[in-house]
Amino acid sequence: MTMERTDAEIKPLIPRRRRKSRGSAIWRRFRRNRLAVVGLAIIATLVLAAVFADVIGDYRTKAIKINVRERHIHPNLDHIFGTDEFGRDIFVRVVHGTRISLFVGIISVSIALFFGGTLGAIAGYYGGRVDTVIMRLLDVLLAIPVILLAITIVAALGTSIINLMIAVGVANIPGFARVVRAAVLGVKSNEYIEAARAIGSPNYKIIFNHVLPNCFAPIMVYATLKVATAIMATAGLSFIGLGVKPPTPEWGSMLAAGRGFIRDHMHEVLFPGLAIMLSVLSLNMIGDGLRDALDPRLK
Amino acid sequence: MPDDLLTVTNLKKYFKTPKGLLHAVDDISFSMARGKTLGLVGESGCGKSTTGRLLLRLLEPSSGEVFFEGKDVFKLGTMELRELRKEMQIIFQDPFSSIDPRMSISETIEEPLKINRMYTDKKARLERVFELMAMVGLADRYADSYPHELDGGRLQRVGIARALSLNTKFIVCDEPVSALDVSIRAQVLNLMGELQEKLGLTYLFITHDLAVVNHFSDEIAVMYLGKIVEQSPAEELFLNPVHPYTEALLSAIPQPTMTRTGKKIILKGELASPIDPKPGCRFASRCGYAREICSQEEPLLRSVGTGHRVACHLFSERRAVTA
Repeated sequence: MTMERTDAEIKPLIPRRRRKSRGSAIWRRFRRNRLAVVGLAIIATLVLAAVFADVIGDYRTKAIKINVRERHIHPNLDHIFGTDEFGRDIFVRVVHGTRISLFVGIISVSIALFFGGTLGAIAGYYGGRVDTVIMRLLDVLLAIPVILLAITIVAALGTSIINLMIAVGVANIPGFARVVRAAVLGVKSNEYIEAARAIGSPNYKIIFNHVLPNCFAPIMVYATLKVATAIMATAGLSFIGLGVKPPTPEWGSMLAAGRGFIRDHMHEVLFPGLAIMLSVLSLNMIGDGLRDALDPRLK
Repeated sequence: MPDDLLTVTNLKKYFKTPKGLLHAVDDISFSMARGKTLGLVGESGCGKSTTGRLLLRLLEPSSGEVFFEGKDVFKLGTMELRELRKEMQIIFQDPFSSIDPRMSISETIEEPLKINRMYTDKKARLERVFELMAMVGLADRYADSYPHELDGGRLQRVGIARALSLNTKFIVCDEPVSALDVSIRAQVLNLMGELQEKLGLTYLFITHDLAVVNHFSDEIAVMYLGKIVEQSPAEELFLNPVHPYTEALLSAIPQPTMTRTGKKIILKGELASPIDPKPGCRFASRCGYAREICSQEEPLLRSVGTGHRVACHLFSERRAVTA
């Protein structure tokens, strides 16, 4: 059959619908899960707060500047979350803390996802000895509790935000490697992988074009849940003084600073604590919702 | 034979399992004439699909050789193999698993062209995609569809289009219609037949369905537990089956007649394990004619007529009885 086509005839076919129908189906299933939608709303608020933190309260003058006359003020209209022992507005500090927590959470998960994902994909795809070597090495890391590993790394590198992200990220590498490997193993058994080999696809193209896109669902879910634990780890490390240094407003270090006054000035630990809880809880709810929405079979 | 596209000699594939060596394909040899179809028949687990994958070197063999147009498939380097794979392709059984669910139909068909850099011009490449779609009878409007929006028959056409997209000469068809509805089977088979004629394709047609293979093949090889037990031109095999296993298989084909002629041979016993098989004929434990020699010595393929080979000790003996 000969096919004569003019440009005009081909063009309308080229702009792809780009899995629009697929995306909207996922969104529909996600919306059905109320908790997940609530979680998404909370996270959206937190993200907005992080983005507009400087509009809400200036970092220099309100978040870190000591104001001796306004120490330990309980929540009122001027300071809706009250002030801390140095007279700093806790609301502004919590808002600026959102920046750090979300940033550290996302960056450290990205680090873990990149390295863990690569290792896991290689291990799962190639199998055999490569798999054994990579996974046994990661098992050694996995044997150490995540928080302990993070503490060790921060202690070795010194305390700073960047080192904190590296520590939390590295500590999460084995988990990501496992999840990605398992997903890759599942996808690998499909015949379209064999078909890709038959048409002469080199391995790296098979991994990037066929294997990883089909592993997207479990990886996305795991990453969302891990952002939550990364935020907790950050807060935890800062709480024991290994994370973000004062006076930088960080939820964990705010908790640590306020815990001495918990009897008389409960608001100083209540609000940063609530912020941690809300963000972790809502990320978990989003993760669960995503899992149900992305793959109905995963339930 | 001068016009053989593909020759297989002493091909073996053993898989290591915790229980021992699994003889998936055990010393098979055959050759395939250009432009013809060889039907490879056998029950599940007899090594049919493994053979198909070995020919394309999707699996590495334990030993043996495959020559494709004089080139030793197992000795090629990465680049040469990539060149070769433009000429040999595979169609899978389950189109729902053999087509990436995250790629649209046109992307799927386009992929081989992209990877092998067949067209530098995107427009020309897309034109080729539409040409291929027309060739396998897919309407243009499916170009942007995703696999889950298509039915099995159409999806299998996509698989065929993908296999044809390069300079394909040889296609391993691994049960290409077994997963399809009976009503669609004939359509897909007819399509494959037409394409063979038009493009001069050579097929290795793997199936467990003798009715299909009879319809479709020029030559048939019957496999049992990793061995070819009988090979012959298609009509000859149906008229004059020699191996007891072939006999049993043929008798199991449903006949659309009111008055059944011939008895159904019902095989007794279990399929012997392909793991570290016992010496002797692999079929001996289920064979109604088995003698002592059958469990001691392995029967070799020998010629019993033009192009008709069989691996059975009892051939001459049984022929004498029935004659």
